[in-house]
Amino acid sequence: MASQQAPNAPMEQRLAAVERVLEVRAHDKGLSVEHTMEWQEENLLAENGAKVVARAWSDPAFRERLLADGKAAIAEFGIGLPAIQRQVYVLENTPAVHNVIVCTLCSCTATTLIGPPPNWYEDLEYRARVVREARTVLQEMGCPVAPETEIRVWDTTADTRFMVLPMQPPETIGWPADKLASIVTRDSLIGVGRPSVAGD
Amino acid sequence: MDGMHDLGGRQGFGKVGFAPKASPFQASWEKRTYALRTMAGQLGVYNIDEYRHAVERMDPRHSVSASYYERVITAIATLLVEKGVTTKAELEAIAGGGFALSHPSAAGRTNAPDRKSFQRGERVRVRNDFVPGHIRLPGYIRGKTGIVMYEGPLTPFPDAHAHGLEAADEPTYDVQFRSEDLWPGGAEAAVIHVAVFQSYLEAVA
Repeated sequence: MASQQAPNAPMEQRLAAVERVLEVRAHDKGLSVEHTMEWQEENLLAENGAKVVARAWSDPAFRERLLADGKAAIAEFGIGLPAIQRQVYVLENTPAVHNVIVCTLCSCTATTLIGPPPNWYEDLEYRARVVREARTVLQEMGCPVAPETEIRVWDTTADTRFMVLPMQPPETIGWPADKLASIVTRDSLIGVGRPSVAGD
Repeated sequence: MDGMHDLGGRQGFGKVGFAPKASPFQASWEKRTYALRTMAGQLGVYNIDEYRHAVERMDPRHSVSASYYERVITAIATLLVEKGVTTKAELEAIAGGGFALSHPSAAGRTNAPDRKSFQRGERVRVRNDFVPGHIRLPGYIRGKTGIVMYEGPLTPFPDAHAHGLEAADEPTYDVQFRSEDLWPGGAEAAVIHVAVFQSYLEAVA
């Protein structure tokens, strides 16, 4: 309990202490924090999810495969899932349905498609509120949902992960894949934003 | 356990601290902690369910006041002490100050012996289970009725896996609930999907 405890050391020092006690084990297994950071910088990217969305927008057969078996479809891009993430459901937004993702118990995210989760996703307010007052929360976050559109909230309570497939802005139909991918934001893959066409 | 981590549906919070395209990391130590967590997981000292439970076991005052990445460091350090890799005294000596850890674990439990398979479209009820150990059941669906949409992949049963008990793999079902069933008269209209372990579910008679 806090009452019997010396004041906590600064976070950097607590982190360094944990790193130190793991140093030998990590070295023996050929692992290091630096290498892990580099791997994460190169592989845990919302740009991956954006590429997948761009393809789904322009290739109906791929879209079908993606919605049927997310894990197999993203493997076509060489994108994998960490071992504990066993499947990914891709959730299709339509004029009738708006999907949004949360992890009320911790902060589980499809990191290879969405990247490391943003701070607000891990924080108490989003996790507490979005399951119970999604429409208000989305409105507050700058992503209003039309009253006639059903909101579906997906709580990541097991090791299935989720990614939202946002609706394609009609003015972008026929754009090349890389230009399409450039408008797909991380926030739109979570369901709290929409693709942002330049000049919006 | 009905801990502070189980936030879904709790009231009294203010606006989400949202900024478009917010960085995942507020400081360089947070980014490093994110990598350390992955690396530590690869060392095989503990499993993902033990890790999640170590976060949940933080003292409630510490938990709600800590940043996300302070919770990460606290959980890893707690497990390294519990697994005999280090001691609290050693961590504090290296850190040059206090190093608050999580509370000890209570008892876990094994898979429900009478668990059943469910079909898409079947109505199911979430068992009214109260346990002192780890559980991946958000409290807001306890005792509630929903509809099975998909059968998900086989996963070790977390209530056992977090406690070193034998954990048989079991499916998680994607169960669809209506917010008005979860919080009658107290929620905005929405459909809520939760991934629910087989052991947490029973057939609706």
